[in-house]
Amino acid sequence: MQLKAQYHAFTTILIKEFMRFIRIWVQTVLPAGITMALYFIIFGNLIGSQLADVHGQRYIDYIVPGIILMAVINNSYANVVSSFFSAKFQRHVEEMLVSPMPNYLILSGFVAGGVARGLVVGAVVTVVASFFVDLHFYSFGLTVLVLLMTAILFALAGFINAVYAKTFDDISIIPTFVLTPLTYLGGVFYSIDMLPRFWQSLSLGNPILYMVNAMRYGMLGVADINVFTAISIILSFVVGLFLFALWLLNRGIGVRS
Amino acid sequence: MSLALSISELRKTYKSGVEALRGVQLEVKEGDFFALLGPNGAGKSTTIGIICSLVNKTSGKVTVFGHDIDLELEAAKTCIGLVPQEFNFNQFEPVFEIVVNQAGYYGIDRATASVRAEKYLKQLGLWDKRREMARELSGGMKRRLMIARALVHEPRLLILDEPTAGVDIEIRRSMWKFLREINEQGTTIILTTHYLEEAENLCKHIAIIDNGLTIESTEMRDLLRRLQQETFVFNSREAVSGMPSIAEYAVRKIDAQTFEVDVDKRQSLNELFSAFSAQGIHIDSMRNKSNRLEELFVRLTEEGKINAA
Ligand SMILES: Nc1ncnc2c1ncn2[C@@H]1O[C@H](COP(=O)(O)OP(=O)(O)OP(=O)(O)O)[C@@H](O)[C@H]1O
Ligand SMILES: [Mg+2]
Repeated sequence: MQLKAQYHAFTTILIKEFMRFIRIWVQTVLPAGITMALYFIIFGNLIGSQLADVHGQRYIDYIVPGIILMAVINNSYANVVSSFFSAKFQRHVEEMLVSPMPNYLILSGFVAGGVARGLVVGAVVTVVASFFVDLHFYSFGLTVLVLLMTAILFALAGFINAVYAKTFDDISIIPTFVLTPLTYLGGVFYSIDMLPRFWQSLSLGNPILYMVNAMRYGMLGVADINVFTAISIILSFVVGLFLFALWLLNRGIGVRS
Repeated sequence: MSLALSISELRKTYKSGVEALRGVQLEVKEGDFFALLGPNGAGKSTTIGIICSLVNKTSGKVTVFGHDIDLELEAAKTCIGLVPQEFNFNQFEPVFEIVVNQAGYYGIDRATASVRAEKYLKQLGLWDKRREMARELSGGMKRRLMIARALVHEPRLLILDEPTAGVDIEIRRSMWKFLREINEQGTTIILTTHYLEEAENLCKHIAIIDNGLTIESTEMRDLLRRLQQETFVFNSREAVSGMPSIAEYAVRKIDAQTFEVDVDKRQSLNELFSAFSAQGIHIDSMRNKSNRLEELFVRLTEEGKINAA
């Protein structure tokens, strides 16, 4: 396919994916806004006001970056896993498979759709947050970069989940049993300095910890982890998952018999 | 003339262990209207799936307008439009969007795509339904939607896997007319169907697949010529008592007014009619007992079973 044709094919998927989640915004955008508002009220205001500062930050300020990131993670993932699985399930993924679109373009299209939802929801949560705290950006560029890379990473992960999924149950197992625990243990609500040594080292094996800290650095300028290390780790995950997802698609796993 | 499709030694064993194709051979000339026939489970859809890269082949070679699907997949795919056997569109997407998006996947810009979608939806009588969700269409409309979708990138080869299954007579006739027209305009068509009179009506060439093997591939005319004997059903105006004695023909009396006669290729119907007249029997109407292609088809696939046993 020529470059121009590739552009048309890519935007076709992206627009279609974008319209899909916008059309059902009550299910896709609103819930995160409400849940995150609850976090701010309960952990931020009610409980947070009783707590001491963390790394020189008020507790509510400290948790804002992680909460925004959590919304982005959940939504990028959810968008791709449900959209690609339903394309498989209803078999309209075949519309793309018979077309001359190269596989990396199909993958990029779905990932872009997931990133779009992650960022839209991230923006909504940020607006919600602004009602509770004065938002600061230590480095706006870094914040956006971390959000974007995290969204890509989890959109890819959602895609891989959908490739292997055979039933609707399979698309909620990973988010429930892997994603949510890792996010909560990824230092959204605490600094790993507060943990015993053993749990501190264990936490370093959790990739989400690096994203939360990079994001916190972008907004507040404080982090448990070196930002450069964090960005490198996120980037390697993105590259690794992209190559793996592409390999799955090239082999036709889950989509071709 | 160049070949639109060439398949040699195509084999497919599914993960379940089912050996669906055991060495299919096919050649379809450019501009042809080609019938791919075979009983349920013969391997027609599997073959089509491989041509369109929805199914991975186990071995064999497929080229589409000279493009080997192992070497020039994109070029091969661009030439093909597929109407699959099962509905495979997003049930919750509006009709117009389905067609326009399909064009998008082929790299066509949205303005051109919209013009083409309008053209094909109108030709297939779906323009009034363009804003409806696909799942709100009737079965026959869904088939036509898939035809419009398959044509939107203007493929040189259109493959239809049972496009007229569950379609009423009137719509089926209009589909035939439509397919004939696009064939005359130069699109090569491959069609599978279980309605053999449809194949006989439309197609110039025919291949029969049975048990994962091509058992016949020839011109429709040649195949029909091979039929040695036809069975006709005659209806007489009045009830006939007793058995008419018509020596050279095998006549069976079905009821007082109905006879079945096996007519050999070397025999003539004129003599048969004279014989009926001589007996004072007035023939009101006559028809073939079954479709001619059907008789051949049954015979060929029966032979296959006997050979396999
Ligand atoms: N995805 C699959 N996995 C395993 N076996 C399959 C699959 N698809 C088809 N088969 C088997 O392969 C064989 C050929 O099936 P295929 O669908 O190609 O037949 P067909 O000629 O299209 O039949 P029909 O006229 O009923 O549509 C059958 O035995 C079928 O059970
Ligand atoms: Mg079939």
